[in-house]
Amino acid sequence: MSRPRSLPQLARAALFILPGLLLFATFIVGPMLYSFHMSFFDWRIVRPETSVWEGWQNYADALNDPIFRRAVFNTLLYTAVTVPGQIVFGLLLAVLLDQRIRGRAFFRVVYYLPVITSWVIVSLLFEYMFIGQGGWINYLLRDVLHVVRENIRWLADTTLVFVPIHLLGIWKGVGWTAIILLAGLQAIPEHLHEAAAVDGAGRLARFRHITIPLLRPTLVFLLVVLTIGGLNAYISFLLMTNGGDPLDQAHSVLTLMYEATFTKIDFGYGSAISYLLTAFVFVISVVQIRLLRQRVEA
Amino acid sequence: MGVRAQRRLGQLITYLLLFLGVGIVIAPFWYMVTTSFKPQTLVFEMPPPLWPQPATLDNYTAALGKDRFGLYFLNSLIVAVTSTGLTVLVSSLLAYAFARLEFPGREALFYVLLLGMMIPPVMLIIPQFIIAKSLNLLNSLQGLIVVYVTMNLSMQTFLLRGFFEGIPRDLEEAALIDGGSRWTIFWRIILPLSRPGLAVVTIFTFLYSWDEFPWAHVAMKEASRRTLPIAIALFQSEHLTEWGQVFAASIVALIPVVIVFVVFQRHFIRGIASTGLKG
Repeated sequence: MSRPRSLPQLARAALFILPGLLLFATFIVGPMLYSFHMSFFDWRIVRPETSVWEGWQNYADALNDPIFRRAVFNTLLYTAVTVPGQIVFGLLLAVLLDQRIRGRAFFRVVYYLPVITSWVIVSLLFEYMFIGQGGWINYLLRDVLHVVRENIRWLADTTLVFVPIHLLGIWKGVGWTAIILLAGLQAIPEHLHEAAAVDGAGRLARFRHITIPLLRPTLVFLLVVLTIGGLNAYISFLLMTNGGDPLDQAHSVLTLMYEATFTKIDFGYGSAISYLLTAFVFVISVVQIRLLRQRVEA
Repeated sequence: MGVRAQRRLGQLITYLLLFLGVGIVIAPFWYMVTTSFKPQTLVFEMPPPLWPQPATLDNYTAALGKDRFGLYFLNSLIVAVTSTGLTVLVSSLLAYAFARLEFPGREALFYVLLLGMMIPPVMLIIPQFIIAKSLNLLNSLQGLIVVYVTMNLSMQTFLLRGFFEGIPRDLEEAALIDGGSRWTIFWRIILPLSRPGLAVVTIFTFLYSWDEFPWAHVAMKEASRRTLPIAIALFQSEHLTEWGQVFAASIVALIPVVIVFVVFQRHFIRGIASTGLKG
């Protein structure tokens, strides 16, 4: 390290790093710190200087609020259903696409269609399909399959509304999960399968003892990314529940944060909710990455 | 059963399952397309016909003529194209600095930048709103653009740094000896050699900016500044049962996305598979 050189070095690099750095500081680092600051106040949006320091009050309020707890439960349930759902169906699809088949490009495009379609459009689409009177799903269940007698009011019930929301989460995500898993499958050397086949291992045994262990880093990666995505569920909840209806029982953590902040204009409380979520996401990520490292060391 | 017959059967099952999946993926889309061609009286017609009788273009003319739809489309296009261009520029500059230049604090800075990938974007919305307000960026397309560029910065810089590091150093060293500056090397050597990487960044940023909802929902309260996702969501909440028009608008909004995707399909799949980018 030659100290006299570092200043000109910095000057030369400045041209390259300054634009990005400026944006990053203004719209990510700054907001993060500011939001942390706000979360300790009864924040007055019109005249911030009159805001009142409240310590951890906003956090305590959130943790004691039954609506917040319900939102946490809803979000965890969504994650617990959609993450395994996406991984299981994604893996099945990846294995199918990994066979010698014709038209792989066609299948890839079709299965990727839900992934590239905006959340707004697919949320409205699922809402339309699950409408109680005249919805296609009810018609299918009642008149075609005869499994129910009455129309089910999917969107008006605080529990049933999660059926379309969860199905949408899986339906939209499977294509992406499958592409990632397919890349993982194709990275497994062919000769391992051949050697095992020579030793008399059947398809299922090879899948269990070769494919799954070698796919584990990919699976852990997916687990981390999909979990973060699940905990951040927002648009489908917002549109299908009209922002937490009925009775504020169908919120996700983020729709509740949105309502607290922009409808009830309680910026401090909203910030506290967003920090609780972020802290939780960080803890989950660290735990999952630890799991990954353990496996590499083992 | 012979090995051959067994393989045949295996293939049959594979295709069967794959087409079953195609059906599950396509059915909702098909339902959407047919509904967009139905007259309002038939949007809840059961069983849903494979193709509406009579089919009509009324929903398209009504939805596109209504609520300044053309303006929303233009807003979306301006925002998506500008955000994409700026993201490619800013993140490749950053990525080059991290890949090739020596400067104090480089490693630390890179890790701070990576942190940006772990932050849930929606948590930033509240303070971004306040900052955008104080910078007079609310209700303006620029306000969307700067935030979209920033939100994409970490991921795309990370991706491009990997790309640039794969370019042989010899090329640059030869240019340096000939008296070229880092700046000319970046423009004349690095960027032209990185077209596949830049294509991936372009596609992802375009799709992200075209589809983004949460930030636009907060930042754009003025009707004339809406982008398509906002316009479609609000349209539905204002015209509750006019599903034909909602889906006519949705399909028009979806067309650019599908075109971009089909054209760049190969880059796209490679990009996702190699980087784990979330589409």
